[in-house]
Amino acid sequence: MTMTHTLTPTAEPATDTEDVARLLTPDGQRISDPDLERWVTDVDSSVLQSLYRDMVLVRRVDTEGVALQRQGQLGLWAPCQGQEGVQVGTARAFRADDFVFPSYREIGVNLVRGAKPADFVLAWRGEEHSTYNPYDINTATPQIIIGAQALHAVGYAMGIQRDGTDQASAAYFGDGATSQGDVNEAMIFASSFRSPVVFVCTNNQWAISEPVTVQAKFPIAGRAPGFGIPSMRVDGNDVLACLAAMRWALDNARNGIGPAFIEAVTYRMGPHTTSDDPTRYRDKEEVELWKGRDPIARVEALLRAEGAFSDEFAAQVAADADALGAEVRAAALGATSREPIGVLDHVYAEPHSGLEEQRAWFGAYLDGFGTDSEEAAR
Amino acid sequence: MTQLTMAKAINEGLRRAMADDPKVLVMGEDIGKLGGVFRITDGLLDQFGAQRVVDTPLAEAGIMGTAVGLAFRGYRPVVEIQFDGFVYPAFDQIVCQVAKLHYRTRGNVTMPITIRIPWAGGVGAAEHHSESPEAYFVHTSGLRVIAVSNPQDAYVMLRQAIASNDPVVFFEPKRLYHTKGEVDLDVDLADAPPMGLARVAREGSDVTLLTYGSQVMTALDAATAAEDDGVSIEVIDLRSISPVDYRTVTASVRKTGRVVVTHEAAREAGVGAELIASVTERCFNYLEAAPQRVTGHDIPYPPAKLEKHHLPDLDRILDAVDRVMDRPNSLTGVEL
Ligand SMILES: Cc1ncc(C[n+]2csc(CCOP(=O)(O)OP(=O)(O)O)c2C)c(N)n1
Repeated sequence: MTMTHTLTPTAEPATDTEDVARLLTPDGQRISDPDLERWVTDVDSSVLQSLYRDMVLVRRVDTEGVALQRQGQLGLWAPCQGQEGVQVGTARAFRADDFVFPSYREIGVNLVRGAKPADFVLAWRGEEHSTYNPYDINTATPQIIIGAQALHAVGYAMGIQRDGTDQASAAYFGDGATSQGDVNEAMIFASSFRSPVVFVCTNNQWAISEPVTVQAKFPIAGRAPGFGIPSMRVDGNDVLACLAAMRWALDNARNGIGPAFIEAVTYRMGPHTTSDDPTRYRDKEEVELWKGRDPIARVEALLRAEGAFSDEFAAQVAADADALGAEVRAAALGATSREPIGVLDHVYAEPHSGLEEQRAWFGAYLDGFGTDSEEAAR
Repeated sequence: MTQLTMAKAINEGLRRAMADDPKVLVMGEDIGKLGGVFRITDGLLDQFGAQRVVDTPLAEAGIMGTAVGLAFRGYRPVVEIQFDGFVYPAFDQIVCQVAKLHYRTRGNVTMPITIRIPWAGGVGAAEHHSESPEAYFVHTSGLRVIAVSNPQDAYVMLRQAIASNDPVVFFEPKRLYHTKGEVDLDVDLADAPPMGLARVAREGSDVTLLTYGSQVMTALDAATAAEDDGVSIEVIDLRSISPVDYRTVTASVRKTGRVVVTHEAAREAGVGAELIASVTERCFNYLEAAPQRVTGHDIPYPPAKLEKHHLPDLDRILDAVDRVMDRPNSLTGVEL
């Protein structure tokens, strides 16, 4: 079993966030890691710039989402600030024809996969459960049931095996999700069938108000080898390490070796969702500590050191981010709700007599209002 | 036409569906070498290989959730749940994922999954092996729910279920697995009545007896017995309990004016409650008597030695027939 990062029996997986593989220190120094570095030898300043740009865009979408919720335009928002490194780093390793099963917080993954501005807000606004066709960006609709998508990714990977292609699938879930039966069953299926799937566990230390220590008394990456799955515990605020680990994992999948598991150790800087109050359950000091590990500042520091962070570049990225933010806002503000009869659409793929009856009744009922208002207008 | 048991008819249905469409695969516990605990998948592994006859780990949520992923990828999984009482660990994946993905994705993702469940009681089985969970699934929009009662229907409707782009929960009464009947294996599926049409299993003029699956045999026996008593019972085998073919049902009720529903599942909020509510909405002015239910008691499934007191039998059905006919019955003089 290769690539298992040292998992010295730690006392507290929550507090021992240092036992991770990384390529970039919190102050932006590029360091070497024997397992990771061979996967990112092609990453020069220009690739780093593009990783930086993606992370800034993600943060901008996130900021816009929070603002729109505060202004009453969205019902809810699940912020991802602090998690841009793991999302962009891992997602950039995919090929377009791989298939991704994200959770509700994977804004950056969906951005990299090609989601459009409306895709980030219309579901939270309550207009649609999903705005994009999953097959257009090879990404499933965000999953709310904790852990369910891990099995979907494995099933999809079993399909890939039967089709004999070298694609891979991946599931994203949180540390809380690793307590769910579905995630454990997913690892068993993946391992038993050697399916080409990557599990990305974003350990952001919290599952709403429950610290990771409620889910795990040992680093989560340490579980996967018990299922026969090689794992890596990486610094989730190090976009380079995340990219490298994901390339390793996808390579493992594509070459018929089977599943791999990545635990990205990071921190959710904001609330769980906009209805959450994290001051009730976590300390300011903890948040302050993680502020110093910001994934975007880290890349900026490296780029500066490499002389690749000009004012002009920074301004361009900021302008791109503002433009995207404006598009996201416009998508929310410009949303029009579907016709009422639309609530009955797409329940079944084929005609269903029970629903057809309800549609006929509801249609007639709605038409009744139409007639009334026409009469009132006369 | 061939004489086949229901078990063999289903086996043949699976075999032909797999032969016709390389995207069809079957998965479940013990379904490969063993051929399933009821041998329904017997011989499929030899014929189609382990990529299409998947012996899975022992994990129902795992089976169902991976079937979702396979469906995402364009496969048509036929999942075997070993016994009715073991479907609950998969319940979340069925009601939250399988049933909803088409709706959630505005029709972009289909879930052509068939969920076969050896079902219901009367076989003296151990605990958790005789349950009737159909109401849970009927209550879930996005699923179709089929309950078969004879080898021919089992063969045809299984093939229709597999061909359907919707998810189908397919209940197979294990009590009937070994009953034989005529099966036309070469039936043209395009010409067969569409899955979901009810069948008038026996014509009659006094009472409409609505039932499905395992209870159809008992209902037919009751109708034969009632005839001696001068009561003519029309037995309707619903075949599909979501959606219900209300055209056939209401035509019958308008003719007879009296309704009895029977099923093995418990009474409260069961399929019978829904049937009676719907029939009353549609046929109130035709009804000569309050519709009656003959169901399992509202109890956990009892131990095997007592199950005969739980399952509706011929006498309990006839008692309900007496109620709708306003003849002396077990409730005469009882204030409820
Ligand atoms: C099956 C299920 N149970 C409970 C919830 C409510 N819930 C939503 S998010 C969440 C915490 C998830 O934590 P984690 O898996 O660590 O992911 P994170 O939100 O931190 O990204 C809970 C309990 C849910 N969505 N699904």
